[in-house]
Amino acid sequence: MDQKQTSLDNLKTVNFECETGNYHTFCPISCVAWLYQKIEDSFFLVIGTKTCGYFLQNALGVMIFAEPRYAMAELEEADISAYLNDYTELKRLCSIIKKDRNPSVIFWIGTCTTEIIKMDLEGIAPKLEAELGLPIVVARANGLDYAFTQGEDTVLAALANSFGAKPTSIELDRSRNQASSSLILFGSVPNPVVHELTNELNNFGITVKGWLPGKRYTEFPVLNEKDFVCGVNPYLSRTATTLMRRRKCQLIGAPFPIGPDGTRAWLEKICSVFNVQTPGIEEKEQKAWKLLEPYLKVIKGKSVFFMGDNLLEISLARFLIRCGMYVYEIGIPYLDKRYQAAELTLLEKTCKDMGTFLPVIVEKPDNYNQLNRIKDLQPDLVITGMAHANPLEARGINTKWSVEFTFSQIHGFTNGRNILDLICKPLERQTTFNELGWKNYHTIA
Amino acid sequence: MKLAYWMYAAPAHIGTLRIATSFKNVHAIMHAPLGDDYFNVMRSMLERKRDFTPVTASVVDRHVLARGSQEKVIQNINRKDKEEKPDLVLLTPTCTSSILQEDLQNFVNRASQDSKADVLLADVNHYRVNELQAADRTLEQVIRFYIQKAENDKSLLVNKTEKPSVNIIGPCNLGFHVHHDIAELKRLFKDLSIEVNTIIPEGASVEDLKKLPQGWFNVIPYREVGLLSAKFLEKNYDIPYISTSPIGIVETASFIRQIQSILKKFKFDVNFEKYIDLQTRFVSQSAWFSRSIDCQNLAGKTAVVFGDATHAVAITKILSQEMGVKVLVAGTYCKPEETWFKEEVSKYCDDILVTDDHNLVGDMIAKLEPSAIFGTQMERHIGKRLNIPCGVISAPVHIQNFPLSYRPFMGYEGSNQIADLIYNSFTLGMEDHLLELFGGHDTKDIISSTLTNEICWDSEAENELKRIPGFVRGKVKRNVEKFAKKNDLKAITIDIMYRCKESGDM
Repeated sequence: MDQKQTSLDNLKTVNFECETGNYHTFCPISCVAWLYQKIEDSFFLVIGTKTCGYFLQNALGVMIFAEPRYAMAELEEADISAYLNDYTELKRLCSIIKKDRNPSVIFWIGTCTTEIIKMDLEGIAPKLEAELGLPIVVARANGLDYAFTQGEDTVLAALANSFGAKPTSIELDRSRNQASSSLILFGSVPNPVVHELTNELNNFGITVKGWLPGKRYTEFPVLNEKDFVCGVNPYLSRTATTLMRRRKCQLIGAPFPIGPDGTRAWLEKICSVFNVQTPGIEEKEQKAWKLLEPYLKVIKGKSVFFMGDNLLEISLARFLIRCGMYVYEIGIPYLDKRYQAAELTLLEKTCKDMGTFLPVIVEKPDNYNQLNRIKDLQPDLVITGMAHANPLEARGINTKWSVEFTFSQIHGFTNGRNILDLICKPLERQTTFNELGWKNYHTIA
Repeated sequence: MKLAYWMYAAPAHIGTLRIATSFKNVHAIMHAPLGDDYFNVMRSMLERKRDFTPVTASVVDRHVLARGSQEKVIQNINRKDKEEKPDLVLLTPTCTSSILQEDLQNFVNRASQDSKADVLLADVNHYRVNELQAADRTLEQVIRFYIQKAENDKSLLVNKTEKPSVNIIGPCNLGFHVHHDIAELKRLFKDLSIEVNTIIPEGASVEDLKKLPQGWFNVIPYREVGLLSAKFLEKNYDIPYISTSPIGIVETASFIRQIQSILKKFKFDVNFEKYIDLQTRFVSQSAWFSRSIDCQNLAGKTAVVFGDATHAVAITKILSQEMGVKVLVAGTYCKPEETWFKEEVSKYCDDILVTDDHNLVGDMIAKLEPSAIFGTQMERHIGKRLNIPCGVISAPVHIQNFPLSYRPFMGYEGSNQIADLIYNSFTLGMEDHLLELFGGHDTKDIISSTLTNEICWDSEAENELKRIPGFVRGKVKRNVEKFAKKNDLKAITIDIMYRCKESGDM
């Protein structure tokens, strides 16, 4: 008992570690999958090689057959050796896209290859923009610098940087009619979530001037100096920085609205900045927890290990600890301690409130080492990428694919249910299989 | 630059990785940026592998761009050598390393000084070859390396086995129905009293490679992967090979006759004719099926075939000569096989299409309107759009084409499977026509009936409803309407949907 107590004392502050960065994750160009659906009048052109194309084609499965609003500009040997002219080639492809699809904006997604051959996308874009009469936004969502969801961050940062920088007359009219210091939320979430979060703020008398991104490129909010901005996703640190430094907006640093606890903390922080009261928020949170009760029975006291690949890990871990779970390790590709400061504080507070140890946060994890730790710890659930899920299941370890959290609605008071749905599925399955004696499928020593 | 939405053959490194991971105890290290290890997901998901995919990345990041990746690659190779104790580490270049033009061979040389494992650099160029060509080359490279190694230490086993034996070369993971084909081939060879000396690379260890010259002959079941190796072994060790794929009754017979003539050259007198006849007429069902009255309905029906060279050729021949179906176009995306492909199918189809552009294939199908398509998953989707049934006969494929049950395409059981596949595609087509003639099924309305018609949905709420996945949409709709009724509301707006969700009633 005494020993346990001392070990708990050691774990009262968050322990950060950094490993080798040898982990499995999705390439950041995967962000086109959800961003093209979110921004309805956009077209995403990924400028890269067959490798990029093959990844998109396989990772996005069925979507590829639905005439998506994205395509590859596949670089061939003549492009790499600069035998062909980048400008003429991109002009040719973008003219086809303009003719066939008539989008309001084309996003150029730079990849590893465009980085290495130093293709001057940012230089070419303004010229082509003028010639085609179509906005072109350049984002460098490459695997040399970023992981998975950070792709969205590069796109939104590029948008934040460029959008409304040279306002059109309509935008000027719009901005004139609006008071300064209004609130803009950033992060791509499905429209029902936009509605829910906007509505929650409305209830306390706070108007959301707009979302970055909105449903359509042409509907994006105008950004003025001194506007307040607040993020809804934990992986948007570049966007936050761009909004603060380049657009002179004021960032509200809050925990992220994931889980009823996170949603409440997020709302309270925003309301406190606008100096408004939040009557009834306590009851609202309680009501949300009440709906989660059937799930809590299943997961309480169970342990979780996050291998890390989508940067949602800290918020999810904090919510699961509040639900009564134990988290051994939070693997995460990249941690911006400033952007996630409020979330980290809430994590510490949650652990204290729940009387549990603080998990180790491992930045740039090493999957090989993690698998050894998993073998030792035998957690009830490992949240991991698809490369490890089946082999772990074969060794009797329950897993949940981390990408599912990226593609589900997880924000706001009511969507905690979706998160716990995902968490419960493998745990409930386990009971049946264990009764049948189907536990270990691993035969090779 | 090429505007591309979809591709048939994967990039080169995938081919190399397929070979590496098919061997036992071979580890591949990709020289690649973060996120390029998507191969691990495919192997783990599509083939539902229980073991961890022995592929890691030596990650190329900003630091590597600035300083070069020499130390990192060497460290990673030596680390894997200690952790996993593989027989061979295969350094796999990607599109990124092709451009960086670092001297990877030099890293390999240095790393192999300190490692117990052999270390090889896969000799493939991303911009010159595709997945299948890369797999072919890598397999040959590995075989050549170990044969030479065995020559050097005099451990090469050159004496032929006592009884006739065969090496099966080429089957590797993530291939179309490969495991079932291997099982069927083993069965066929057992029937013919031929021992299987080795199967390379699927399930083999690199140690097995020195046994290759013991085999009397080689078979290359899939011509895309294995031919280079077979030619190498023929040239250096005088091992004859058969590159006919035993898919379909006629081709299987030809395959067996080729074995017969090879054995005769070894002065081993066999006669397989009786076996062929028995299998064809009585054991396998498909020759009888072709003759049966059912199959008469297929006579004169039209089809388009598209896939890899091996399968497209085989299916074209089966349709045309075994089933009496008219093949309007036979096509392949395997451009390097163009000459061979044309020679093989020209007698059995009206037209030939060699392209890797799926739009061309789609346009061709739309123009010809065949009664059925036999192609890859892409053609299946084209078929869906055009309302033409499609049987999937070739990679690229989805997880449903990695069936749990026994589904070979090769040998006599394979011909049964293919006959079912072809027949079912066409009957489905006919059923469709009948349904159209009689106005379709009439049960749809009853299934989707809602609680009441008094409650109306405004357009925004209706749009939201449409976003909800089809299989739960009905339930959500009923629950929201119940909620509205309970609260005495006549019209449903998006706010009411939200309130319903908040109350936990949705």
